[in-house]
Amino acid sequence: MSNQGVDPGRRRFLTLTTAVVGGAGIVAATVPFLASWKPSERAKALGAPVEVDISKMEAGQRLVVAWRGKPTWVLKRTPEMLASLKKVDNDLLDPECKADQQPDYIKGEARAIKPEILVLIGVCTHLGCSPGFRPDHPAPDIDPNWQGGFYCPCHGSKFDLSGRVYKGVPAPLNLVVPPYHFDGDMKVVIGEDPKGAA
Amino acid sequence: MAITPNPYKTTGFLGWIDDRFPLTKLWKDHLSEYYAPKNFNFWYYFGSLALLVLVNQLLTGIWLVMHYKPDAAQAWDSVEYIMRDVPWGDTLRYLHSTGASAFFIVVYLHMYRGILYGSHRKPRELIWLFGCLIFLMLMAEAFCGYVLPWGNMSYWGAQVIINLFGTIPFVGPDLVVWIQGDYVPSDATLNRLFSLHVIALPFVLVGLVVAHLIALHEVGSNNPDGVEIKKHKDPNTGIPLDGIPFHPYYTVKDIVGVSVFLIIFLGIVFLAPDGGGYFLEKPNFTPANPMSTPPHITPAWYFGAFYAMLRATPSFAGTQIWGVIVMGAAVVILFFMPWLDRSPVKSIRYKGPIFKIALAIFTVSFVLLNYYGMQPPSPFGTLVSRFGTVLYFLFFLLMPFYTKMEKTKPVPERVTHEAH
Repeated sequence: MSNQGVDPGRRRFLTLTTAVVGGAGIVAATVPFLASWKPSERAKALGAPVEVDISKMEAGQRLVVAWRGKPTWVLKRTPEMLASLKKVDNDLLDPECKADQQPDYIKGEARAIKPEILVLIGVCTHLGCSPGFRPDHPAPDIDPNWQGGFYCPCHGSKFDLSGRVYKGVPAPLNLVVPPYHFDGDMKVVIGEDPKGAA
Repeated sequence: MAITPNPYKTTGFLGWIDDRFPLTKLWKDHLSEYYAPKNFNFWYYFGSLALLVLVNQLLTGIWLVMHYKPDAAQAWDSVEYIMRDVPWGDTLRYLHSTGASAFFIVVYLHMYRGILYGSHRKPRELIWLFGCLIFLMLMAEAFCGYVLPWGNMSYWGAQVIINLFGTIPFVGPDLVVWIQGDYVPSDATLNRLFSLHVIALPFVLVGLVVAHLIALHEVGSNNPDGVEIKKHKDPNTGIPLDGIPFHPYYTVKDIVGVSVFLIIFLGIVFLAPDGGGYFLEKPNFTPANPMSTPPHITPAWYFGAFYAMLRATPSFAGTQIWGVIVMGAAVVILFFMPWLDRSPVKSIRYKGPIFKIALAIFTVSFVLLNYYGMQPPSPFGTLVSRFGTVLYFLFFLLMPFYTKMEKTKPVPERVTHEAH
């Protein structure tokens, strides 16, 4: 130790470098805290495809299965239900399904590989509630031109029997069609694209 | 080494303490020699009542954690175990759940008192800001606690509230997964909300309450006349002429308030703990079912107004973030109150009719929003909510203009008070 006077330049340099190194240390130290909130390996492993047996389904019936923990619907539509899709086109926000809410291999208003079998993730595109199945019509409490569909109890969003969203409701997008394919005629595999499609 | 003797000349055991820790100083600064205006009225009960409810929540919360299991598979059953098998468990839980509603009632009234008498105005801006932060933390705390029983309303409430973050452009969906720790609300979500509810947020809340009180005791309390009692001090003692020591005057007054509050509060806890379905909602008496949303989902009553605003805002340009922005802005705008109010007087007593009408419209809008936030969605409810939302914001956004232009009454030099 010398008894000479203070060197301000040296002090400033030391203060600055200490602050920078300490600051970098603090930033680095936040990583484990923030990253520990990400899904664990176990949560990630639970995303496997689900097989649904549709052989016993009756026309107009809907099944609810869990895929990745989300309610996922399989609806066997009647010819009358399919015919109703055209009647509500004017009430819908995206009747031609332009928004990217279905896999590329699914086109048209039926939003299905086989028109009578509809597969949808039953999670409202507004804030994630699960809309109720309301095939009954007319239902003036929901919409004057209701032809059957899905009605979200949380915030009143409306979807037709293809999961297409109505205009003027909080939900901005059609319901999501998950990737799926048929295994024979009697089984739907949800969570996996058809062979050669993806 | 000799110790510097304390300036209070205390001796004996207390003297020994005071030589080492400012016990007498703290007692005098914050209680026996904290001079509060002598004209406090009914509205001034709610600050101390909020403190009482905070203590109730901390105490009953600590005891509930002794029996509760933060595990998606066991949470529901452990709450039922508390209700049925734990001695006095139902009382502890009802004190806690009713306490949550009571907390919001007294805090809403406490904030309303601030708006009435201009308690947010200079030099009390920081008190108001700390208070707004307390309100924000309280909302987070209430939400986390609401999820813990893992009933069906807990589950879907968590789903909706966490999905609010999903509306943020680009990062939203990833942010939701990060918050949940899973692709849907799950055990990971419940566990972390439990951690926040019992450790992180209470720490922050208590810290903010301390900051709120330190700021209050630094500048002194406002009063229903909105005049500064520190302007007129006794020349000899330096004590404000209109001030009385908080203890014993206001401690005794507050005991009366506490007694009346406890009669009502415990009446609800013992006789109607679900508050007619508003304090504890019926769908939350069934366990969480990720496959089925309750037919009529509502938030706890104290979020009704904000929820109504969320629901009333339509989606636009392919995103529903607008509703979230409106709801968030409804809370954030409170922070700006000290600078939005340009009136030359603080208290409503000396403001003109325009402020009174504006406040009346705001009050009715807030109550109506709260009501329609609790109702199932309907076209009429949406219409009322839209009007209510606009009026709620106009109260704040037009405040700089109507408070400045209107003619106010002369403010007295000293507080108006009739001795009892």
